[in-house]
Amino acid sequence: MVAPPVGFSDDPSNDIPIRPADNPTVGDRIFRVICVASASVALVIIAATAIFLLNKSRPALAKTGVWHFFTASVWNAAVGDFGVLGLVIGTITIATIALIVAVPLAVGMALFVNEYAPPRIGRTLTAVIDLLAAVPSLIFGMWGYFAFKNHLIPVSRWISDHLVAIPFFRLSNATGKPDFTGSSMIAGLVVGMMIVPIITSVSRDVMARVPREQCEGALALGGSRWAMIRDVILPYGKSGVVGATMLGFGRALGETVAVALVLQNISYQANPHIVQHGAGSIAANIFLRFGEASPLELSALVASGVALMALTFTVGFAARRVVARTTRFS
Amino acid sequence: MTSADISSGEVLTDEASGAVPTMLRGPATARKGPRRRRRVHSVTSEVVADIQDSDDDDSPRSVGRTTSAVVVEYTLATLTAVNLVVALRMLLDWGGLLSFVVLFLVSFICFHYALVRQSSTKELAADRMTTTLIWVIGALVVASLMWIFGFVALKGVKQLRPGFLVRDMRTAGPNTPGGGVLHSMVGSFEQVGIAAAFAIPVSILTAVYLHELEGRMARAIRFIVEGLAGLPSIVAGLLIFSIWPRYAGIHAAEALAILMIPTVTRTSEEILRTVPDSLREAALALGAPQWRVVTRVVLPTAKSGLLTASILGIARAIGETAPVLLTAFDSKFMNKNPLKEPQSSLPTFAYGNIRTQSVLQNDRAWAAALLLLLFVLVLFTMARWIGARGAKRLGRN
Repeated sequence: MVAPPVGFSDDPSNDIPIRPADNPTVGDRIFRVICVASASVALVIIAATAIFLLNKSRPALAKTGVWHFFTASVWNAAVGDFGVLGLVIGTITIATIALIVAVPLAVGMALFVNEYAPPRIGRTLTAVIDLLAAVPSLIFGMWGYFAFKNHLIPVSRWISDHLVAIPFFRLSNATGKPDFTGSSMIAGLVVGMMIVPIITSVSRDVMARVPREQCEGALALGGSRWAMIRDVILPYGKSGVVGATMLGFGRALGETVAVALVLQNISYQANPHIVQHGAGSIAANIFLRFGEASPLELSALVASGVALMALTFTVGFAARRVVARTTRFS
Repeated sequence: MTSADISSGEVLTDEASGAVPTMLRGPATARKGPRRRRRVHSVTSEVVADIQDSDDDDSPRSVGRTTSAVVVEYTLATLTAVNLVVALRMLLDWGGLLSFVVLFLVSFICFHYALVRQSSTKELAADRMTTTLIWVIGALVVASLMWIFGFVALKGVKQLRPGFLVRDMRTAGPNTPGGGVLHSMVGSFEQVGIAAAFAIPVSILTAVYLHELEGRMARAIRFIVEGLAGLPSIVAGLLIFSIWPRYAGIHAAEALAILMIPTVTRTSEEILRTVPDSLREAALALGAPQWRVVTRVVLPTAKSGLLTASILGIARAIGETAPVLLTAFDSKFMNKNPLKEPQSSLPTFAYGNIRTQSVLQNDRAWAAALLLLLFVLVLFTMARWIGARGAKRLGRN
């Protein structure tokens, strides 16, 4: 905060500092009102979100019952029976797969840009990655559907053939030719590619702030570059990486268009067979069903949106706590 | 040089400094020379002696050094790995380039580790292994980024002709050529423009409230802004649609503003934090009221940073698809009025056309996606350029 200027006073004993806010002019008052009004916009948004979304979701919740809505896995617009458990699990599955792929890549990439690449290339890559973090998810979705997917299908087939020991990679017992399109894994990988630049950009930033003397100290003590990274950079950057990961997780949970494009249609049951067709996502479901929804189904979509919001807010605040705790102890 | 020489503590004088193993990445340590050496020697003398024993030349150690031994290790590991993979593929009949690359990498890393481990410490072997891994990750990420950019450029360039930019889709259909994205560009600019005109001043003033005025609600507002930053974009669209259940460009602008406010506010607050307090204090000491301090000193100083934050906010907003489709929908025709009737925008145009089976429509979608990518690229370059210029100016002062 601004260090307070010393007050002008004839009496030296009355020489207490004044704060800028102590004797505001008319201009100050007006300026303050404008700023408060602007800051209140955020309050208005959050209040409107709570009021309108809850109000709009009431008809569907009243029809199905709140308990049923959050514990059933069904979406039948014709009879007005809705339950989002399967969608919630599907959303978390896709986001988790995305994180499993993205975090090692992003941390490796951040280290590569900061420590391994020649400085000139590193600087260029930093700019490119920051740019990629701003690339619309639609473009990732289009690339995922038209280019990436075709290369992933053989991989899915290979995984389902050779890694049967792991339950997630097994195929369901349904007869017929297995369909590998529109699986949680493909959606998760596309979303993962999307969040790699986001996580890289934030964690690279934190890792670049490690005091250079500490790194040089580690090297001067005879440590190898990996030892320097392991003992200096990673402990220092840990909270930043965790924060970036949570940011990426939040993004992955709320990702809409990329998932909608890759999945094409939504499965409302939780599907444990992640390499096989049939995956769900709350955001993509809202996006795909919105156009032809009846008022009651619209209300159910809004209610699922509230569930999604609760999910991302929980992740966001968990991230804040984790980051706060790790920074306190390090 | 023996360890006894070093442990006496007299060795670390100027003529012996060449023997101190350092890897100078920045000039900082070099400048602080004498003081540093005195501090270091008691801790490191043993280590230094150790390294001296194993390394006869007196040149400084560099971390990413390439010697003939390293080249031999890499070559041997590569050859062995290739041999193993070729043999494995003959035995197991695994096809595909991907399996070849993966198998090669796994065996290469194992062989390389074993080779290095033979002649030196575990530490060094682990270092070599992670170096390989991180270079592979770097190459992988760069390759996939180039794949994405290249794919969009290649697909998009087919339809991206001058005519495409000046027509709408009034006469063109799934099978009739022609048509363009003029109406979508107009829609995108109107929606993002209105959103920016509202969200950017609000965000900057909120940042001023949070950092300069530090009002009573500051903690609560900061908490809410952090929460809003995690709001899924589709929920913003749902919110606006539940308030005004009809399609118009202005509603898309409202949804985009909700998404822009938290990001721009947070970056702006960070930027206000970089304005030196001495500037504020000087202005206050001269008797300026606070609002003059903010508008004449703080904001002008932070100008380029705030501009960068705003442009990045715009770049994020221009590619948002889901909230725009929920609030402005899409249209085949030019609709210049953002206040009523559905309005097209670049992302919804691309999405609408990519969902069809028609090749021509898909090509149009790719062209729109390429256009979108170019817009983001231009905005981003602008933001960086302004940011770099501002940083330079601030540094000179």
